[in-house]
Amino acid sequence: MPKYTLHINGTQKVIDTEADTPLLYALRDYLQLNGPKFGCGLSQCGACMVLKDGKAVTSCLLPIASIGNSEIITLEGLVESNGKMHALQEAFIKEQAAQCGYCLNGMLMAATGLLNENPRPTDTEIKEALELNLCRCSAHTRIIKAIKSAAKNQTGP
Amino acid sequence: MIEFPKNSRRKFLRNIGFISIGFPLLSYNFGDEDSLLDQNGSFESNLNRNLRFANPVNAWLNVLEDGRVLVYSGKVELGQGIRTAVRQVAAEELELELEQVEVHLAETGVTPDEGYTAGSSSIPNSAMSVRYAAATARQKLLELASTKLNTPEEDLILINGQVKSKNSNLSLNFSEILDGTQLEMEVSKLVPLKAKSDYRYVGKSIPRMDIEKMVHGEEVYIQDLRFPGMLHARVLRPAGYQSKLINLDESGLSSEVSGIVKTVVNGRFVGVITEREYQAVKAESYLNRHSKWTPNPAFPEQKALFSHIKSIAEKPKNIKNQGDVSIEYAENQTFKATFTKPYLKHGAIGPACGIAMYDRKVLHIWSHSQGIYPMRRAIAAMLKMDEDKLHVIAVPGAGCFGHSTADDAAADAAILAMAHPGKHIRVQWSRHDENTWDPYGTAMIMELEASMNANGKIYSWKADVWSDSHSIRPDKDPATLLDTRYFEQAIPLTGRGYLGGAHRNADPYYSIPNMQVNAHYFDGPLRVSSLRSLASYTTIFSIESFMDELAEKAGKDPLAFRLAHLEDERAIAVINKIKLMCERENLKDGEGMGYSFSRYKNTSAYSACAAKVWVDKSAGTIKLKKMWAAVDVGEIINLDGIINQIEGGMLQAASWTLKEQVTFAGNEITSTDWNRYPVFRFSDIPELEVAMIDRPTEPAEGGGEVSMPPTGAAIANAVYNACGKRVYNLPITAEKILG
Repeated sequence: MPKYTLHINGTQKVIDTEADTPLLYALRDYLQLNGPKFGCGLSQCGACMVLKDGKAVTSCLLPIASIGNSEIITLEGLVESNGKMHALQEAFIKEQAAQCGYCLNGMLMAATGLLNENPRPTDTEIKEALELNLCRCSAHTRIIKAIKSAAKNQTGP
Repeated sequence: MIEFPKNSRRKFLRNIGFISIGFPLLSYNFGDEDSLLDQNGSFESNLNRNLRFANPVNAWLNVLEDGRVLVYSGKVELGQGIRTAVRQVAAEELELELEQVEVHLAETGVTPDEGYTAGSSSIPNSAMSVRYAAATARQKLLELASTKLNTPEEDLILINGQVKSKNSNLSLNFSEILDGTQLEMEVSKLVPLKAKSDYRYVGKSIPRMDIEKMVHGEEVYIQDLRFPGMLHARVLRPAGYQSKLINLDESGLSSEVSGIVKTVVNGRFVGVITEREYQAVKAESYLNRHSKWTPNPAFPEQKALFSHIKSIAEKPKNIKNQGDVSIEYAENQTFKATFTKPYLKHGAIGPACGIAMYDRKVLHIWSHSQGIYPMRRAIAAMLKMDEDKLHVIAVPGAGCFGHSTADDAAADAAILAMAHPGKHIRVQWSRHDENTWDPYGTAMIMELEASMNANGKIYSWKADVWSDSHSIRPDKDPATLLDTRYFEQAIPLTGRGYLGGAHRNADPYYSIPNMQVNAHYFDGPLRVSSLRSLASYTTIFSIESFMDELAEKAGKDPLAFRLAHLEDERAIAVINKIKLMCERENLKDGEGMGYSFSRYKNTSAYSACAAKVWVDKSAGTIKLKKMWAAVDVGEIINLDGIINQIEGGMLQAASWTLKEQVTFAGNEITSTDWNRYPVFRFSDIPELEVAMIDRPTEPAEGGGEVSMPPTGAAIANAVYNACGKRVYNLPITAEKILG
């Protein structure tokens, strides 16, 4: 079986698997990373999102062979090296922006990807950036509030 | 190896002083979802009832001398935050910090058999009984301290983990009070509770501790459990409900897919076990391509579903008859309307998962089932095993909103674990299977007929409801599990008739002198079971749409018309509140407001809803702009927790109302993924505003379902207000606006 060296959360990991194994399965099944979740396997719900070179992408259909030297960040890698939470993590707790929390990985990844590009998004821009992400418990309005509050805290008032 | 808990009440408590309070919790028997979940007595009446029937103590709360409190509740966490609510009531009565209370959720042999976590019953039952158990423990602590300090109980107070004298410096902590003593007692009488005016936690917004774990990816869902040597598996679903396996050619499987451990075939049940998870995905795909099935008989035409339902319905059963509807119809002007609702999916974001391991003595199962004891009975019956040889541990899954596919995935894992002992077998369902094998919320029809007098008061009301069952939850009948239908010796499932609230909320809460309600049961073409709020979503959509039509016929304001038919002050209060919340709302061209009201189950929480929509009359497009709710759940335990539930309920019901229906064509269910079964996405999300009316002296009602029934009608009424088009058949889509 081929070996793949991945850059995950700032460290290098070697995975021995078939070329068509999607990144999601590599992360969960080989690296025991529970942040990214399986939701549909069809890139329709966003539960499996990771950051690939700073952009939020779904990982359920992304073959491991296509990752190359890209920098992958998962939910586990969102915390800063000194252990400080990302502003979005703090804001999601403050706004209690979850019920079951299964979709939360995707929400946080999509929101991080958004703030990387657009530090002060409007409500409409937040909705557009998270359009792929489904939340069946329907905590949407809290999630929007949390992202706005994180944006404010990140860039100052 | 996992220790199989036996005498677990004492398991953790060998060398430490404690007071262990046993208390009775309601246990739901199969078939009682409707009647028992509908009972909304306070804990007082439940306690009396349980004592009267001498129900055994089946739950307990342990106060340890190190100041910790361990609560063993049989509930499962479904994202509703029940752990936090239980923690609040226990810490409140025992004057402790929230962190000192640990809540142990459902595990067979450890926690009580509380039946199902369903029907908005967790707060009224579990939390209230925990409150009395904690109060009993407090009283015992005071009594013991009184003896040790030689001070009358009334001169003592419990504060910050200590019993202190009101008149001196004397004090004892729990360790000094208990001093190694191990006491076991039961809640046998109604002890006095802490004064509500002294509450520190109850009624406040207490953040859930699990959200902090979630944002770090540390909350462990069933899908995240890993065991050394764990294997992965997939189960091949038949081509349709009744398809038979003609041929399975697995000869090339091992050469095409690596890591194959075993395939297991029993009748139409085909499972495959692999070393790695993606190997199982590929193996399932291979087997799908190399199997032949008989075609499923064709479904009825989707367009003709409701006439089909009427054609297969049983003879009607009269549910309610008050006054004489026939006389009134002759003397008053009569109005009629028919409403329909399609099949709806549960739609959990995480498809079902189950893990099982047979250690050659005991079969251990990890599941996100809503009722681990009833599921254990079903799986034991399916495997023809002694129930005691099954050990089930509840693990949170993605929010599932009723009886979904969790139990089926656990059954899959159980079958495969028995075929491959000594290893943990993890079965993950695909999105396709989750969508096509779900026990949906049933399609329904409601026909209404009412007459009004010259003053615009409703004089008579006749309702006919067509419904399949709303509860086919697993219990001792193994046919409730999908797998038993696949076996060589298949067990057929028979419908459950009116079980599970087919006519829930079918009789309006309004004062109407003459009323008749008839229910027409049918055994429909799709697999069904309970979905959040059961029939109430449909019955209230129909009743509250019809109330708006009647108000218009009578020339009355829709809220004033409802108030004129209500006597219950709490009902009147939520309507007045919603009126106040919306009175400054200005409408632009194409916008409309709609209102609705319901009291869930007619015995539980009250909710008035409002919706503001904009309708593009030329394209038919509907934009939901804002929704409001004024809600009374009696005593509030966790303010933010209940608001979160109500907001989520409104949005989910709005998604049902504007987007959702299970589709089928020919012999296939076609809503196989999120593109073919669209639900609300961020661009659909309106603003929300929720107001709670706290009633600390009223019993606490559950709030998980209360906002769903009125949401549908509020939107339908707003659409009518905006564009003059009344939509009777859900979902409310552009083509129905234009049609």
